[in-house]
Amino acid sequence: MRHHRVLRIISKLLIPFIMLFALYVQFHGDFGPGGGFQAGVIFASAFILYALIFGLENANKVAPPAVVTRLVAAGLLIYAGTGYAGLLGGGNFLDYGVLRSDPVAGQHLGIMVIEFGVGTTVAATMITIFFLFAGRDR
Amino acid sequence: MIITLINIALLTFMGATAIAILRLRSLLAVVMLSGIYSLLAASIFVALDAVDVAFTEAAVGAGISTVLMIAVLALTGERERTPSRTPLLPLVVVTLTGAALIYATFDMPAFGDANAPANLHVAPRYLNDSFAEVGLPNVVTSVLASYRGYDTLGEVTVIFTAGVAVMLLLGGRKGDDAGIKNEPREDGDDDGGDNGGVA
Repeated sequence: MRHHRVLRIISKLLIPFIMLFALYVQFHGDFGPGGGFQAGVIFASAFILYALIFGLENANKVAPPAVVTRLVAAGLLIYAGTGYAGLLGGGNFLDYGVLRSDPVAGQHLGIMVIEFGVGTTVAATMITIFFLFAGRDR
Repeated sequence: MIITLINIALLTFMGATAIAILRLRSLLAVVMLSGIYSLLAASIFVALDAVDVAFTEAAVGAGISTVLMIAVLALTGERERTPSRTPLLPLVVVTLTGAALIYATFDMPAFGDANAPANLHVAPRYLNDSFAEVGLPNVVTSVLASYRGYDTLGEVTVIFTAGVAVMLLLGGRKGDDAGIKNEPREDGDDDGGDNGGVA
């Protein structure tokens, strides 16, 4: 793909906006359609587009597999950890109302944190799966 | 009226896409068509006012699945073999199952029926009280992330498990040919510990 100038320039222009859109979907999911799942997939698609155009070695430099693999587990830990934070605060597992003094503010905080966990795991998993498939020789 | 026409048009396109997927033998074309199929499904979800579902279908079904399937095709092959047997028995099974499912829909409540069981139990609580209890304008997010937080935790665990499974199957050491291969192994050099770790 190195010689496709149009593809290279257009994808270079698009990738920041894809990532920005993913962040918008991530943090605007409380108010409109979207959330961690969709945001994670969109965020991962930016890395996959980069890998398709600029090659796997360059993509591995941007997103080192050792880091991405740890993020797969980190997202799930963030989610489950929020659940235990609810337990420690005196509520039930995944009860966000006790995270703050005001239950509604606690719900807000809890949902934002777990959506971030969902997005992290989904994005890291999609990137990992693509890198592993693409990195395998015929 | 206009929604009905749009739905009919979308369903016709979906039917045509499905038939084309059945008849084509080029797997690359099949993957592209299934992406189009997902996009049409997402449009139908928009017409049904399920924008969150539509968003997921467009991002996952039409977007990332297509790319992952193309990555798989790069590892396998692009042509499907012509089946040697006549597909008579599968056709009968599919027809009977489809007829049974369509027959079952006659007992379902009409679409959007306010008295349907699904709309009587917890849905009114979510719609009436979720803003006071959770404080989010998007009820879907309130349900997914708060009321049904356990379910979403389970879904994230499924994604995590899928990622770990792919790492175990394909993430062998660099230059290591272990994994799914059909050719017989050379004896002696296989220590059995070659399926862990990521390259």
